[in-house]
Amino acid sequence: MAQTLYDKLWDSHLVHVEQDGTALLYIDRHLVHEVTSPQAFEGLKIAGRKPWRIDSVVATADHNTPTTDWDKGMPGIQDTIARLQIETLDSNIREYGAKVYFPFLDKRQGIVHVIGPENGATLPGMTVVCGDSHTSTHGAFGCLAFGVGTSEVEHVLATQCLVSRKMKNMRVNVDGVVGPGVTGKDIILAIIGRIGTSGGTGYAIEFAGSAIRALSMEGRMTVCNMAVEAGARAGMIAVDDTTIDYLKGRPFAPSGKGWDEAVVYWRTLKSDADAKFDHEITLDAAAIRPQVTWGTSPEMVVAVDGTVPDPDKEKDSVRREGMERALSYMGLKPRTPVTDITLDKVFIGSCTNSRIEDLRAAAAVVKGRRIAKSIRLALVVPGSGPVKAQAEREGLDKIFVAAGFEWREPGCSMCLAMNADFLQPEERCAATSNRNFEGRQGDRSRTHLVSPAMAAAAAIAGHFVDVSRTN
Amino acid sequence: MEKLTLHSGLVAPLDRANVDTDAIIPKQYLKSIKRTGYGPALFDAWRYLDHGEPGMDHAKRPLNAEFVLNQDRYRGASILLARSNFGCGSSREHAPWALLEYGFRCVIAPSFADIFYGNCFKNGVLPVVLKEAEVDRLFHECAAFPGFRLTLDLDKQRIATLDGALSYGFDVDAFRKYCLLNGLDDIGLTLRHADKIRAFETGRRERFPWAFG
Ligand code: SF4
Repeated sequence: MAQTLYDKLWDSHLVHVEQDGTALLYIDRHLVHEVTSPQAFEGLKIAGRKPWRIDSVVATADHNTPTTDWDKGMPGIQDTIARLQIETLDSNIREYGAKVYFPFLDKRQGIVHVIGPENGATLPGMTVVCGDSHTSTHGAFGCLAFGVGTSEVEHVLATQCLVSRKMKNMRVNVDGVVGPGVTGKDIILAIIGRIGTSGGTGYAIEFAGSAIRALSMEGRMTVCNMAVEAGARAGMIAVDDTTIDYLKGRPFAPSGKGWDEAVVYWRTLKSDADAKFDHEITLDAAAIRPQVTWGTSPEMVVAVDGTVPDPDKEKDSVRREGMERALSYMGLKPRTPVTDITLDKVFIGSCTNSRIEDLRAAAAVVKGRRIAKSIRLALVVPGSGPVKAQAEREGLDKIFVAAGFEWREPGCSMCLAMNADFLQPEERCAATSNRNFEGRQGDRSRTHLVSPAMAAAAAIAGHFVDVSRTN
Repeated sequence: MEKLTLHSGLVAPLDRANVDTDAIIPKQYLKSIKRTGYGPALFDAWRYLDHGEPGMDHAKRPLNAEFVLNQDRYRGASILLARSNFGCGSSREHAPWALLEYGFRCVIAPSFADIFYGNCFKNGVLPVVLKEAEVDRLFHECAAFPGFRLTLDLDKQRIATLDGALSYGFDVDAFRKYCLLNGLDDIGLTLRHADKIRAFETGRRERFPWAFG
């Protein structure tokens, strides 16, 4: 029978299926970070259990780590509770081991969803889990990747399996060619705008179509990263030359004969031509404009040349109240042109958009210009040590610094405000991250999600600008 | 895990859609390495007027009188009535930990985010999906009758008013139900299949050595 990519990945990891369909799924790669793992290791210890296959674990500290003052080392972390959590990860890895650990201050440390792919620790055909919802990122490589809770982190440590149920299949096709200034970020925001934040609930989404094929691996990771914001635990993209070229020579990718054999198999990781999907939608790539979120949910999104919507036009009362609450939280008036929205801060970073291509796109906009006087802070936070080093080799850091941006050490930074980087109440930020929830970037913070080029252009102008017109 | 079979409790209505896990338990509390201590910080940003941080004495903080859980009539509630896409956002298991520690054993909504839904079962909290119209009806009842309670029968998969005037069936996976009814730990159950896992692993390693590299 014809199978979808998801069907193939699912079937190839089935260890056991109960009568009601509950399955034991084998996990190849387990990514671990400091926030969702301490209680899992503790649980293991209390139960007297050993990790099943510790060399499946790739670990790093990213959420709590500061992006400044690395020369001060661990004592540089002012927040003692955060420091204890980072030290707890250090000691858990010391006790139990790992395939590889990139601790705080390590040259290869970075955001967990950046380091997996960049080290070739994420490979096609794998199952990849992490105690973090944006694990969907890794699906860009034609693998089955999804976020799990802390109990499941413990479960995978102890059994190398997850108790899971098969999701339904959805395919989102983006056909055609995107216009200038339109990136993977705009594509995924447009998809979320179309299907809503629960449109993908219960599904694994495969992203397909010529506009997806045309994306680099970085762009594909951006798209899959935000599959979870559309409600889908897993997003994925079929393997092709782009995937294989990206992986070749990465530290944990196979080499020699092993590589050749792996590639033969990886090339089978795509949906069969006549595979059936439970749900399928198609977007016209040419119609996608650069996107800006206006509210407190990623589905509250409009094109940059649009206006903030008017709740009075919404018939559904729960939705209308949600819109009104969002507008009041965001301090915005209905029908305001998006390009009239002025910003206080700009954040370029996060597991959505902190890879080399993202930084290049932002630097291209910034080059030779200065950030607007009204911008209090503009941050560029590379996704990992290697991304930072690469950017510095290309001189991107100098472009950013000359323009008035701060060039920081890698980490989650202002994406979630668990570290020293956060917004003050009611500050408005153009951010390349993935969530604009209430309080996400700090108490009463106001977040507008955009692509790196859009964020960079907003930093220069002090308000949103349509990058498809200026370039 | 504490088992859940029959439960009767006061219902508190949270009338907003897309309540995300950061609203349920804000990120600053995630720095803790413990499994407990989250109950007083449940819905922190809505529940208190000041900014909460771990290590504070929450009993001394100023309450937001307008927030539903701070209203006298909902004190001691153990069933949370919610709107669609409840628990979206971050995968943090601290969300069900906080709900449970506060005293909620059950959340009713028209839909839940997938990860949150699964996390609830692992911690003895039952997420119940009812139809939109049924949830609407419960919101009405809850507003109309102070002290509105519901009785939950997991075995029969029903939730009903005490007088039985309203009674709704709901779906739940057989396996999850079994674990919750018996308070069983998943890991122990999975390890019954240890031989199968080992055999699968050996076969996979032979075919796909790169997946073990
Ligand atoms: S960058 Fe943001 S979304 Fe990504 S893992 Fe870190 S906190 Fe989560």
